[in-house]
Amino acid sequence: MSLNKDYLDVPGTTIFDAEQSRMGFHLNQFCMSLMKAANRERFKANERAYLDEWPMSEAQKQAVLARDMNAMIALGGNIYFLAKIGATDGKSFQQMAGSMTGMTEDEYRQMMVSGGRSAEGNRHIGEDGDAQAHRQPQGQAGRAPKA
Amino acid sequence: MAHITASVYTSHVPAIGAALDLGKTAEPYWQPLFKGYEFSKQWMKDNPPDVVFLVYNDHATAFSLEMIPTFAIGCAAEYQPADEGWGPRPVPTVIGHPELAAHIAHSVIQDDFDLTIVNKMDVDHGLTVPLSLMFGQPPSSDFSWPCPVIPFAVNVVQYPVPSGQRCYNLGKAIGRAIASYDQPLKVQIWGTGGMSHQLQGPRAGLINKDFDNAFLDRLIADPDGLAKVPHIDYVREAGSEGIELVMWLIARGAMGDVAHSGGGAKPPKVAHRFYHVPASNTAVGHLILENQA
Repeated sequence: MSLNKDYLDVPGTTIFDAEQSRMGFHLNQFCMSLMKAANRERFKANERAYLDEWPMSEAQKQAVLARDMNAMIALGGNIYFLAKIGATDGKSFQQMAGSMTGMTEDEYRQMMVSGGRSAEGNRHIGEDGDAQAHRQPQGQAGRAPKA
Repeated sequence: MAHITASVYTSHVPAIGAALDLGKTAEPYWQPLFKGYEFSKQWMKDNPPDVVFLVYNDHATAFSLEMIPTFAIGCAAEYQPADEGWGPRPVPTVIGHPELAAHIAHSVIQDDFDLTIVNKMDVDHGLTVPLSLMFGQPPSSDFSWPCPVIPFAVNVVQYPVPSGQRCYNLGKAIGRAIASYDQPLKVQIWGTGGMSHQLQGPRAGLINKDFDNAFLDRLIADPDGLAKVPHIDYVREAGSEGIELVMWLIARGAMGDVAHSGGGAKPPKVAHRFYHVPASNTAVGHLILENQA
């Protein structure tokens, strides 16, 4: 079947379509399980053991353990599902979204207070906006050595 | 007969709910936002509806990846605020209006729109934040929302999501359905979500004030043209989560000037318009449009 996926031409953006959804089914369903307080407690007590109850790929499990939001999205995660991990960790949507830009919390918050990220240069892949691949990471968080 | 008195449009950012629930509304960061809704809370007291038909999207709360209805109408007697991972919001149970909901489902499905009927679900911030913004926080002495609510959930999470045109046409059918209900109810229809925002990837934090304000202008005066905007324009211009704005077209389609063809109804009156950046990652937009006799 031929479909015109024009949304593949937007930089720094993954549209949650049927292919992503198929890849991320178990990852996202694991996230749904965190809507129950008892499951959140079990997950927090032993994350690896809890993840092993789900038929997720090892790469997906590692991405969750590292809280690498960009990796989770690349592996089929969707932000509204992944938000349940953030909620379990006590993180806000702003902290979660900001973590995907390579900015520190302060840098990202400052960008938002100053009116947010411009669409200029960020509409099509190959332009020169700050969301383009060649301009990552965008802030100090992405440049700091990994702990 | 029932009739739609007004439509209300507002963002439904979860951080707004958290700010309300944690008593942060007077903080400098939040003050300008809540100021924009002071008029609205008074307007709600002056123009109380009998029922609110509330268009929103479920954020992977009631609908997991097991089942994803494109359009789902709540026909239950009541709905509990959901635990989205940080415990349920401390807001009242949402009381439904099963009779009107069933009537709308019957009418709209007969009108060729294939709705999913939902008899049990929890409701997330997409539905409860607009209620808090418009009604304020209910006092503990009378812990309830002032009127019944019909939840109407639209899939804007997993592609393919419905087009703006489909939403607009569906809104017209909902408007006609409400007008044919045999009880003298004053109904408001609310469209929620948006405005520009992106919550994922290196492009997170995108805001487009020009796009948002043009959207507000056209929603008021050129909804026919606005309905033709394709998905990709929302994604490119308003961010991946800006696609939620198609839900505003459902509420607009239900207004008298466009829902009832040939009726000669006047365009709606703009009772209130507000725009603010940011609330967390999001541009907040808000409109109140009143139907004119």
